[in-house]
Amino acid sequence: MTDDFVKEEKKEYTTLNLGPTHPATHGIFQNILTMDGEIIVDAVPTIGYIHRAFEKLAERRPYNQITPITDRLNYCSSPINNMGWHMTVEKLIGCEIPKRAQYMRVIIMELSRIADHIVCDTVIAVDTGALTGFLYFFQMRELIYEIFEAICGSRLTTNIGRIGGMEREFPQEAWLKLDKFMIEFPKFHAEFGALVNRNRIFMDRTINCGPISADRALAYSFSGPNLRASGVDYDVRIANPYSSYQDFDFNIPIGKAGDVYDRYMVRFDEMMESYKIIRQAIDKMPTGNFHADLPEFYLPPKEDVYNKMEALIYHFKIVMGETDVPKGEVYHSVEAGNGELGYYLISDGGRNPFRLHFRRPCFIFYQAYTEMIKGRMLSDAILTLSSLNVIAGELDA
Amino acid sequence: MTDQTILGEQLKSKFGDAFISETRDFDFSVYEFNKDDIKEVITYLKNKEGFIYLTTLCGAHFPDNDPSREFSMMYQLHNLVTNARIRLKAFMPKDDMNMKTIVDIFDAANWMEREAFDFYGFKFEGHPKMERILNMEKMNYHPLRKEYPLEDMGRDDKDDKFFGR
Repeated sequence: MTDDFVKEEKKEYTTLNLGPTHPATHGIFQNILTMDGEIIVDAVPTIGYIHRAFEKLAERRPYNQITPITDRLNYCSSPINNMGWHMTVEKLIGCEIPKRAQYMRVIIMELSRIADHIVCDTVIAVDTGALTGFLYFFQMRELIYEIFEAICGSRLTTNIGRIGGMEREFPQEAWLKLDKFMIEFPKFHAEFGALVNRNRIFMDRTINCGPISADRALAYSFSGPNLRASGVDYDVRIANPYSSYQDFDFNIPIGKAGDVYDRYMVRFDEMMESYKIIRQAIDKMPTGNFHADLPEFYLPPKEDVYNKMEALIYHFKIVMGETDVPKGEVYHSVEAGNGELGYYLISDGGRNPFRLHFRRPCFIFYQAYTEMIKGRMLSDAILTLSSLNVIAGELDA
Repeated sequence: MTDQTILGEQLKSKFGDAFISETRDFDFSVYEFNKDDIKEVITYLKNKEGFIYLTTLCGAHFPDNDPSREFSMMYQLHNLVTNARIRLKAFMPKDDMNMKTIVDIFDAANWMEREAFDFYGFKFEGHPKMERILNMEKMNYHPLRKEYPLEDMGRDDKDDKFFGR
């Protein structure tokens, strides 16, 4: 029981153990609920079930080997995490990357934001009983994963991009798939919206379910779609533009009540804004190199490693982790699927970070979950959890 | 609301001895304070200067520093209106890692402070539930401190001396 919980006299409460594994929680979350009939009167969350000590691991790894760790934070949108990490290191070493690489990154980041929001929105629909939309819309997520596969070779934990740019140009197949996506996505998006958005059952179920006011959301340091659903238009892409986001024209959808419906709608509208950004990025794609001239960090082409001495030296230095970085403390944040994902990096000049702290949006806003479900029904608690889109990997790091 | 360029001067005149230094680290202004006064500073910044958003807080361990500055605690605040971001820091010795909690100012600090306690052993006075959060309760050390190696200390089959580790 939490400290502020006062037990009423002559009343019997049931203790219900929700989790650690429960099909409705979509991840490993334990909540020990104190129930008065169907009403939750108190909840104690336990976290840490998939804690993998990433912050400690990162202190022993060279900079380029930390990217795979970041994959496993929010695994629904790994590319954003990867890019955030690359940009943090680029900020530390003071490297400006070419516009073309930045635009390529924007395309990848917005695609993965769409994939992330597809998961969250369709799962909200599933939890309210609409499985059709989930199966239908997941075709688009599959297509996005095929694009990632064409670009970098893997689908979920992508390890995409390199410090200093991208690892290679988008192959022809990726462009073709991207074109297919650009043609098909609006149709899928509209159809899913027609199926769910104004559905009477869905609206009755989600409106005024698990609301949080803007003041409380800010006190709990919410960020991303969950904060915007409460009516605060804070978006890192606008507040501190990175990777040329200032070049694009897009809106920030906001909600009002901060309930499940608003969180759903903010994500739903954001998908179309992301689509608009991708459209602009494709149309305005600059020519140029896909990576910065950064021999100390960017692996040379294999051909050169065999034939040129400098390339061999740099290859060796990078692989053995012999490159020096400047000393300093740097914080960089990106707008990940769930909000402001920040990297706080202390470098002492060595081959690996002295200290790396991840500001994980899920870890921070999951604290408010207890407050959001108190006095509400158990079934609303399930829905609130899926609408917050808490990803276990990011929660526990 | 104060312009960020003179915020440092203002904090210096307001908090006098508690203010230790001001530096600029990339796009952040960093202010170092005495650890016992940092709560007052955060309260002031939130109520008077509009820094209403706690971005993050975390600890760090510097075993090579002077013993009186071995551990550091970092707070990052964000003023969403002017989009100003600042970092506050406090250093402390190993045997005095007690800080005042800021949970009553920012609810979000609750778990973040528990995380700092879990991994570094900072103690936050007045925290509603000063327990471990990610590691198991039985654990009897604070694993992110530098004296604990990543791998099991009992192992002798791995020799990393050739790889600079």
